[in-house]
Amino acid sequence: MYQWDFGSLWSYRWLFLNGLWVTVGFTVAIVVLGLLIGLVGALAKLSPFAPLRWLALAYIEVFRCTPVLVQLVWFYYALPILSGIEISAVTASILALSLYGGSFYAEIIRGGIVSIDPGQPEAAAALGMTPFQSMRRIILPQALKRMIPPLMNQSIIQFKNTSLVSVLAVPDLLYQGQIAAHDSYRPLEVYSAVAIAYFVLLFPLTIIVRQGEKKLSTSD
Amino acid sequence: MDTAPKIETPKIEVTALRKQFGELVVLKDINLKVAAGSVVALIGPSGSGKSTLLRCINLLVTPDGGRVRVGEDSFAFGAGSKPPGTRELARFRTNTGMVFQHFNLFPHMTALGNVMEAPITVRGKPKAQAREQALALLAKVGLADKVDEYPSRLSGGQKQRVAIARALAMEPEVMLFDEATSALDPELVGEVLGVMQKLAAEGMTMVIVTHEIAFAREVADRVIFMRDGVVVEEGPARQVIDAPREPATQAFLGHFHRGGAAQAPAEKAL
Repeated sequence: MYQWDFGSLWSYRWLFLNGLWVTVGFTVAIVVLGLLIGLVGALAKLSPFAPLRWLALAYIEVFRCTPVLVQLVWFYYALPILSGIEISAVTASILALSLYGGSFYAEIIRGGIVSIDPGQPEAAAALGMTPFQSMRRIILPQALKRMIPPLMNQSIIQFKNTSLVSVLAVPDLLYQGQIAAHDSYRPLEVYSAVAIAYFVLLFPLTIIVRQGEKKLSTSD
Repeated sequence: MDTAPKIETPKIEVTALRKQFGELVVLKDINLKVAAGSVVALIGPSGSGKSTLLRCINLLVTPDGGRVRVGEDSFAFGAGSKPPGTRELARFRTNTGMVFQHFNLFPHMTALGNVMEAPITVRGKPKAQAREQALALLAKVGLADKVDEYPSRLSGGQKQRVAIARALAMEPEVMLFDEATSALDPELVGEVLGVMQKLAAEGMTMVIVTHEIAFAREVADRVIFMRDGVVVEEGPARQVIDAPREPATQAFLGHFHRGGAAQAPAEKAL
């Protein structure tokens, strides 16, 4: 029977906190960047200008249909050689994860926009609104409400994906955990603690999302 | 300040209008004049092109050829003419109010918000002023007690009256009604027709696509019967409905002589 000793991890608390901070910071960065990329991708895919649509389609499909771990490694090892530009592990990680998330966000945002009844933009146009006014005042406010639950879900996935940056030696929660595990010879405690930390942060978020979904289904 | 001939100029003028969707020709050489302050009813079987014609008047559908003029604004379509830009179109449409079969109210805004939206966003009207106007319009359509309700809490008839108030808020010269009562439960039709009748009595220029033949006979000055993208028959409302000349019009109206139009034969007998 294994003798658990979580007390021995106390001396690594600053290491864990440091890692947690990096993980949260990474999540914020890739969610914000991913949403921006996603919005641009969605609008490009809905554009009346065909080459823009093809470009958006190519981007979305390439990033949705390759594993994110492969993208990370590729951005870190292959991109600098191809482009001749040296990039740090942090930059490569942010780039890869934002673009990966952006491809999913783009589809969610596009889906939200096209789910709005065509009678809505028609009514807005009949009142004399320009397409921009109609998008801003009529379509996006309604679409956003529908998009929020899937966007939150995707962001939770993004949060978990940040653990992959440890393979590029970015000092996130998992990477710091690996260091603590090697140092303390207590891998079971360390990795359990890391798992619990992710869970404690994410579980309340999923409850918020679920409540948001419930609220949405009753208000519509 | 205008001279005499100007007064006779129709408010709406559609000339040689053509529209096709792919291979399907929906409108063939349509000509239409609507005098200021008059009501024209477009009737005909579904697929006859009447709704498309209505949507060509405010350019929600872009014609393939011909001219459309409403008030002072005129656009030509077809070979050699440059299609209007989005800003020009938006400005043009502020002068034509439209009421849709399925209301198309903005569900994320209250009744009041729906009516205030376009004057604020499009015209840049101050909020307080838009609110005052919207309250007056909602009172006019009999919904003073529903101003803070969201559309999901209104009946079909109430929704359509909000939609009419919303269109009127832009102070258009012309109102277009696209089967405004077709999606309503029978007992709610009357309240919407009542508002439309009131508007007509106030001298609003109106084009209505409708299946309410009795209403068209009562309220419209002229009736246009369309089939397969052409105007089959046109004339004073009572003449076209009570004594249609064309066999196609007779056949179409034959489906209706039961309910509302029952008084028609009696009057003919006089």
